[in-house]
Amino acid sequence: MAHFIDRRQNAKGKSTVNRQRFIRRYKQQIKKAVSDAMSKRNVTDIDKGESVGIPAQDISEPSFHAGRGGKRERVHPGNDQFSQGDRIPKPKGGNNGSGQGDASDSGEGEDDFTFQISKDEYLDLLFEDLALPNLKKNQLDKLVQYKTYRAGYTSDGVATNLDIVRSMKGSMARRIALNAGKKKKLKQLENELLTLKEDKLDHELDIIRLEKDIEELKRRIKAVPFLDTFDLKFRNFEKRPVPTSKAVMFCLMDVSGSMDQATKDIAKRFYILLYSFLSRSYKDVDVVYIRHHSVAKEVDEQEFFYSQETGGTVVSSALKLMQDIVQERYPSDVWNIYAAQASDGDNWAADSPQCNHILAQSILPIIRYYAYIEITDRQHQSLWHEYEKLTAIYDNFVLKQIETPEDIYPIFCELFKRQAETS
Amino acid sequence: MKKSKGPMLSDGPDWTFNLLGEYEKQIDRVAKSYGLDTYQNQIEIITAEQMMDAYASVGMPINYTHWSYGKKFIQSEQNYKRGQMGLAYEIVINSDPCIAYLMEENTITMQALVIAHACYGHNSFFKNNYLFETWTDASSIVDYLVFAKKYVSECENKYGVSEVEHILDSCHALMNYGVDRYKRPQKISLEKERERQKERESYLQSQVNDMWRTLPDKAKSETDSEYRFPAEPQENILYFIEKNAPLLEPWQRELVRIVRKISQYFYPQKQTQVMNEGWACFWHYHILQHLYDEGRVSDRFILEFLHSHTSVVAQPDYNSPYYSGINPYALGFNMFMDIKRICTDPTDEDREWLPDIAGSNWLETAHFAMKNFKDESFISQFMSPKIIRDFKFFAVEDEDKDDRLTVTAIHNQQGYQAVREKLSAQYNLSNLEPNIQVYSVDSKGDRSLTLRYTPQNNIPLDDSFNEVLKHLHRLWGFTVKLESDSGKGATKTLGQCPEVEEKQSST
Repeated sequence: MAHFIDRRQNAKGKSTVNRQRFIRRYKQQIKKAVSDAMSKRNVTDIDKGESVGIPAQDISEPSFHAGRGGKRERVHPGNDQFSQGDRIPKPKGGNNGSGQGDASDSGEGEDDFTFQISKDEYLDLLFEDLALPNLKKNQLDKLVQYKTYRAGYTSDGVATNLDIVRSMKGSMARRIALNAGKKKKLKQLENELLTLKEDKLDHELDIIRLEKDIEELKRRIKAVPFLDTFDLKFRNFEKRPVPTSKAVMFCLMDVSGSMDQATKDIAKRFYILLYSFLSRSYKDVDVVYIRHHSVAKEVDEQEFFYSQETGGTVVSSALKLMQDIVQERYPSDVWNIYAAQASDGDNWAADSPQCNHILAQSILPIIRYYAYIEITDRQHQSLWHEYEKLTAIYDNFVLKQIETPEDIYPIFCELFKRQAETS
Repeated sequence: MKKSKGPMLSDGPDWTFNLLGEYEKQIDRVAKSYGLDTYQNQIEIITAEQMMDAYASVGMPINYTHWSYGKKFIQSEQNYKRGQMGLAYEIVINSDPCIAYLMEENTITMQALVIAHACYGHNSFFKNNYLFETWTDASSIVDYLVFAKKYVSECENKYGVSEVEHILDSCHALMNYGVDRYKRPQKISLEKERERQKERESYLQSQVNDMWRTLPDKAKSETDSEYRFPAEPQENILYFIEKNAPLLEPWQRELVRIVRKISQYFYPQKQTQVMNEGWACFWHYHILQHLYDEGRVSDRFILEFLHSHTSVVAQPDYNSPYYSGINPYALGFNMFMDIKRICTDPTDEDREWLPDIAGSNWLETAHFAMKNFKDESFISQFMSPKIIRDFKFFAVEDEDKDDRLTVTAIHNQQGYQAVREKLSAQYNLSNLEPNIQVYSVDSKGDRSLTLRYTPQNNIPLDDSFNEVLKHLHRLWGFTVKLESDSGKGATKTLGQCPEVEEKQSST
């Protein structure tokens, strides 16, 4: 008689460990594939997994097997035209016979071994060795949110927090502790009384004395209260500070006539990369898009990336707007603020010192990180030079230059390289 | 014609555990009436994902951790997702009780087919075929795998994942060379294995040291006479490493042993594919047909069954785009059916070619064939001219110096014998795997290990042997050489690891 077992509910990922081992072993190759893919990839689908290819040669498992050549004889089915002694040209493609499954299957050696890695694995690989700068330093002194945790029991509190089961347990324990001795004594006296009463001799006095003792004991037992204030137990709650997990990311971009779509695309990739990186550290990430030419404006994503405008370039207008928005909606004690500014480096020359001033005075002190990327292959202009001065003073300010889309990921990695020695 | 022996079973198409139980009972009854002797069945229902897990660990319910299984898993997952590959309807494990995995998405017909095929066909084959009896111990394999998994993970904790991985990689490269073909192995059982394992560690280490110990008196006399080690060439390379590699730690030896034992367990399966599948198809066909004749299963059931059955045992011709060699299901099934035909309804030709079985009891003969042969001998013993004609077999010779292929035999009177011999040779394992043996160890000199390859029909080794030599070098610890026997006592060095020395010596 067979025995049926329903295994369908069993844990699924029986091969997960082996899969991880595989990824661990080929991490270098996979990482390379991932960063190669990064530069080709459409920015909007960064949150999906990725299919990575590893040269099959790298992961082959060698064994002794026969190579090509020599003399072989094989039997095939379905003879429709041959007679003994027929000579037939060798089929092209170099496969022996008709591709009969020879001991060797060396024919497939060229293809890449391609497989899908999940979104998490992808992001893990993408952001491995990267860390948010300045996180540890600022985290503790900016605690503002509290979360209530249960923390055992207390003996006083409000009635709504009364724990009935606990209280009754306490009451019972107390009653047992206070009455056990008396009850024992009572039983003993009652037995004595019974023997005296049954005795043929007269023990009038003893009986009266015993009855009196019994009476007294019973009264004392009764005097122990069923529930004492001492028994009451209340659930205790404690407030613990939690590091705030809210982050806002400001995307600032120059949309003046000099920014073409290609430049914007590069900026967009950078923003998306930053966004998914932040999403890994923070539960909610708000994104604020600010675009500017000579005046700044808060816009939605579509408009931010795709609408075309012309005009002069006044960077400080965007910075001012950002400062206002922060004050209004994102107080820095609740929000972790990140900002990334993309520009082709053009700015109205007289405005650059002002940018420096706004950043240094009001923005950099309250935000976590400010990244400025200049997407250009030309000479740096006044904005870059002004900004360069800031890097010396603030370590949460960085500036980098990007020339082609292939630079984005390496530059990003450079920006967020885990800095073991500095922290 | 139908004689009703009980109520007709529901034909689903969905299955329930109750219905599975009823079918299993009926199949069991019929199987017993045909004398099928099986291990107890343990039937497990699994999902597609779990099926891929099972694929990845070579069908075993449990196995040690290794990246190559992860690779296999990813591969089959990819193929499955792209629709390049369907999953098997079942996997059956040669264990006692015999574990069979059934896919949950099969219809009741498929489940019944699979139960008859795996739980009675394969199961009885595992229990009775001589190769399986000799080389595997069904009752202990699962326990042994549990032991292996635990041991490997202990080693990983103790010595590090990478260390263990290196050794396993190297062992896997030599996995096909872990069997003594001519010596019968001892049976293993878990308790003994555990008890002996500690003992063995210390003993083995002392043995190895012994081999390298310099014994002054003896050594002198033996250097003169041609002392060679090993005394005879050894075909079981992994065993040789386990016992003699000078630098391995005891736990590394145990890992070599684990890989060797598991490879030994699969040794019979490689040699009985045609028979095993043929036998299982033969019985699912008979059992379900029998149930139909009794009126226990519906027309709809039997039609669905026949549809799957015929596609399983179909043999595409050599020029068909679906052709990928001889389908073992087709060949095996047709040969067993043919044996039955020869027994019950022999022609003059059969009496001439197979006088021993023509006209005998078909059930006994089929069982006899199943028990005492492997693919190679089964074909050379039982293939009748009719099968050769039915399949229209023809043999082709491919000589690399020749720019054309030669048809050496076809399905005619002159060709039957030759086709049968050639087909039989095609299933001979020693023709499929290169013959490589441990030839000698320079135990008085640089301790180098020499392997010797004996080519057949001038077929060279694939270049990947260099990689394998690196693995062997890791296990052996000293120089490893591979030479090829080019006949008449002459040898040619194919490769060496580490390679640096090769350059020095060759220049």
